Amino acid sequence: MAGQRRTWDLGLQDAERLLQEAAGYKGESLWQDAWRRLKQDRGALWSLIFLAIFASISLLAPLLPLPSPIALDLQAEPQPPVLAFGDAGFDYEFETDDDYRLAYWELSWLDKRMVDARKAIFGDWQTGRWFGTDSKGRDLLSRIVWGSRTSILVSLAATLCSLLIGVTYGAFSGLMGGRIDNLMMRLVDIFYAIPFIFVVIFILTILSTDRSDLESEALVDKEKVFFLVIGAIYWLTMARVVRGQVLSPKNSEFIEAARALGASTPRILFVHVVPNVLSIVIVYLTLTIPAIMLFEAFLSFLGLGIEPPKVSWGLLAVDGTDAINPIKTFWWLVVFPAAAMGSTLLALNFLGDGLRDALDPKLRGK
Amino acid sequence: MAEHLLEVRDLHKHFPVGRKGLLGGPAAMLRAVDGVSFTLERGESLGLVGESGCGKSTTARTVLGLHQATSGSVRFDGVELTTLARPERGAYRRRMQMIFQDPYASLDPRQTVGSILTEPLKIHRIGRPKERKLRALALLDAVGLNPRHINRYPHEFSGGQRQRIGIARALALEPELILCDEPVSALDVSIQAQIVNLLKELQERFGLAYLFIAHDLAVVRQLCHRVAVMYLGRVVETARREELYTAPKHPYTRALMSAVPVPDPEIERQRERIVLEGDVPSPMNPPSGCSFHPRCAERHRVAGGRCEAEIPALRGTQDAGGARLSACHLEE
Amino acid sequence: MSVLDVRNLAVRFETHQGTVRAVDGVSFTVEEGETLGLVGESGSGKSVSCLAMLGLIPTPPGVVESGEVLLEDTDLLRLSPDQLRRVRGNDIAMIFQDPMTSLNPLLTVERQLTEVLEIHRGLSRSEARKKAAAGLGDVGIPNPEARLDAYPHELSGGMRQRVMIAMALLCEPKVLLADEPTTALDVTIQAQILELMGALQQKRGTAIVLITHDLGVVAGMSDRVNVMYAGRLAETAETRALFARPRHPYTEGLLTSVPSLTDDPEAELASIDGQPPDLADLPPGCAFAPRCPYVGERCRSEVPPLARVDRDDAGRVSACFESARLGRTEVAGG
Repeated sequence: MAGQRRTWDLGLQDAERLLQEAAGYKGESLWQDAWRRLKQDRGALWSLIFLAIFASISLLAPLLPLPSPIALDLQAEPQPPVLAFGDAGFDYEFETDDDYRLAYWELSWLDKRMVDARKAIFGDWQTGRWFGTDSKGRDLLSRIVWGSRTSILVSLAATLCSLLIGVTYGAFSGLMGGRIDNLMMRLVDIFYAIPFIFVVIFILTILSTDRSDLESEALVDKEKVFFLVIGAIYWLTMARVVRGQVLSPKNSEFIEAARALGASTPRILFVHVVPNVLSIVIVYLTLTIPAIMLFEAFLSFLGLGIEPPKVSWGLLAVDGTDAINPIKTFWWLVVFPAAAMGSTLLALNFLGDGLRDALDPKLRGK
Repeated sequence: MAEHLLEVRDLHKHFPVGRKGLLGGPAAMLRAVDGVSFTLERGESLGLVGESGCGKSTTARTVLGLHQATSGSVRFDGVELTTLARPERGAYRRRMQMIFQDPYASLDPRQTVGSILTEPLKIHRIGRPKERKLRALALLDAVGLNPRHINRYPHEFSGGQRQRIGIARALALEPELILCDEPVSALDVSIQAQIVNLLKELQERFGLAYLFIAHDLAVVRQLCHRVAVMYLGRVVETARREELYTAPKHPYTRALMSAVPVPDPEIERQRERIVLEGDVPSPMNPPSGCSFHPRCAERHRVAGGRCEAEIPALRGTQDAGGARLSACHLEE
Repeated sequence: MSVLDVRNLAVRFETHQGTVRAVDGVSFTVEEGETLGLVGESGSGKSVSCLAMLGLIPTPPGVVESGEVLLEDTDLLRLSPDQLRRVRGNDIAMIFQDPMTSLNPLLTVERQLTEVLEIHRGLSRSEARKKAAAGLGDVGIPNPEARLDAYPHELSGGMRQRVMIAMALLCEPKVLLADEPTTALDVTIQAQILELMGALQQKRGTAIVLITHDLGVVAGMSDRVNVMYAGRLAETAETRALFARPRHPYTEGLLTSVPSLTDDPEAELASIDGQPPDLADLPPGCAFAPRCPYVGERCRSEVPPLARVDRDDAGRVSACFESARLGRTEVAGG
């Protein structure tokens, strides 16, 4: 059919040249505009820098010359912070897989290579007890850094999980409208009504009793389930937020325009809907991550989350509370983990705030 | 005479409102379009005029297939569209495009002008990427924008320029019919005239037919060969432009015409105005009989309470220039 | 005697794109009982100047840079917020464009109406209710007693605008600022509201500042017209004189580009070329120069001051260097 139709002569001369000239008239996309405005927001920018540094420290933890986070030093009580430069106490040799387990726990291939690199660079040298030690004589700085890995990993995995389910589900629901939308949203309502804390506790309890069976038969390990379960809770709100955005009149007319052009539903979803709800999603994410971090800490605190010898901020909080006793207060066990967690959450909230302003179309150009 | 380009017969579109229970059926029906018929020829423009809630926008959207018709028929170039399966409808969609009211909301803010204009071609798999891009440049030029601005984003343009982008997008597939949904009502006065002129020029150049939806009678008069006046989901009068504006027949058309302020103090202060009483009734609960009767000043001229009891049919004459119809008991 | 005297009002907004001079040295007076039309397109500063008069500019980013707004002899811009609150709604009232959003959806019509009376007049609840009902009756709302207990969403758009007008007029203000009072309404409802405003003004002698972009509304309602462009006054004239012979190219362009029910529909509509100005980046001379068919050398470098253009009429002023050439040469398409 297309072949038979005569095409209109729009009569533009020199189109090729104009196309080349057009390269000189670059537009500023909304993302570029938002980034420019985010850079002007000092609080948000410093938070972003802080988080970036923090995340790289945490990611590169095996590469850093930190003492082993699980090496015991059975003294009578926790040692206070000392300002010693460091010592040559990191006298592990890493040859077999068991060697790694001695200094850390089950590490991934990449982590092992980083440990190798650290050994090659720093040798036996390790930092001093800058943050003191805990009741079992383990180095607190090292535990905070290694613990942040768990916390960040949990929150990122769960957030990603909620992002994928929530955005797709919410956008699809809002786009279809009518009966399908109705049905999908009622389902969300039903999920909302379930007290998830109990479900999580229930599932995790079952998993820890039957763990050996489950782990030997299938590849279910507790941590993966832990991520999935948390993600499965947080997608609900995400779905609602996204659906609301899709339905907002501001977004509906250009979607209708795409439909009038004959665009397919997946095309509308991924070309028009998702990029336009992304800004709201990003803002929502920066506020979800702290919530998930706290939830992880809470579950670990209850003994349902991460288990020793691994360490997470929740477990450090448990150690911290043990350290509060009327006879002698080991303040560093409370102050340092709390400061690490608190500053991260604060930075995330600052960043979320800044992002919300930067991405708000009403404030654009202001 | 050949087939009409567009023929709409007894079109109904009812929306469910509210819900009985959690998943139950609708509590009420909003009869947005309630038996609308009209025809449109190639290269012609038909104005669909009425106040908010009269169903003019819904009619256009149903014709285009953005809404599923409740009942009735929409024939485009002789082919019934309402029963057409999705894949075949795509081919007709190419020949029918739409321009939207709000130039700020109808363009995706995250796309460049270039991708907005190449999208229709991409969807219908026309041309190679380079050809599409050159086509987009030519479209920009055709609607009076600088083709060099193809890499810019909608927010970098003013309202009138954005509306031009919207028009260029509608032209991309070389349609025969363009549905214009209040394309100038969101624009400033000085820009309105530019867009009206552009639409006229494009019609002449490409032989387009317009279904032009508007509440502004003066703008419709500039653009449309024929006009249909709607009230509460029904067409109350259809006529050629000259006839409608010089001798409106239906009392509602007369009132509508009289309500438009004239930008001339000498005339505006002396002329007799028909001021309608009351508000437009809700389309969920339209009045019995002629839906205009509660506000109609000439009701007393019809005997025996027929206005309250009986829905008047569209009656009148049909000639080469189109139908001259009006739905009023006074016309009998 | 003038009830409202605005002198050299200037409002700017600080944005990241630069300083936007939304209102730039605007002066005008409103006589007792007259209707002054304030005409202009979006961004011309007509609404901002009204908000500034009432001290309703959001600060930041807005700053009222200079000016006096004399309501009789009080300068509204020098009043404390407390004093200003007493004046607002009492001596000077405002109705807004969108009757859907300017009424509080959570309060009944009665609460919104009586609130004004209780604040400004110290009336008791029952007195206030009686007065509110009378007010609703005055604006042509049938069965006002029953309507008092309705919530805004139970009323149609036209009814809501009537309630807004009733509310504005309750304390019998001397000046009523009406910001696009009929733009959100359908034409048949607009006709009702305009008729109502005209009748009420005749009865009470309230001075009205009517802000609108619709020249038809201005032609029917106002005695004098201020045309604004890019934050400045372009022209001031009596309504008839303005329509008969515009003395500013922008006014002329506006008048010819409005389609009417009587002109020749086959002819091309005259239009003003180009786009509305970017307020953050105005040209150095006359803001209208880039779109003006009469533009001369001087227009591009110098801002034209308001000057008298009619020997017999002191109130007829226009800010144009070329105003003498207007109406003599045929404008393209016009």
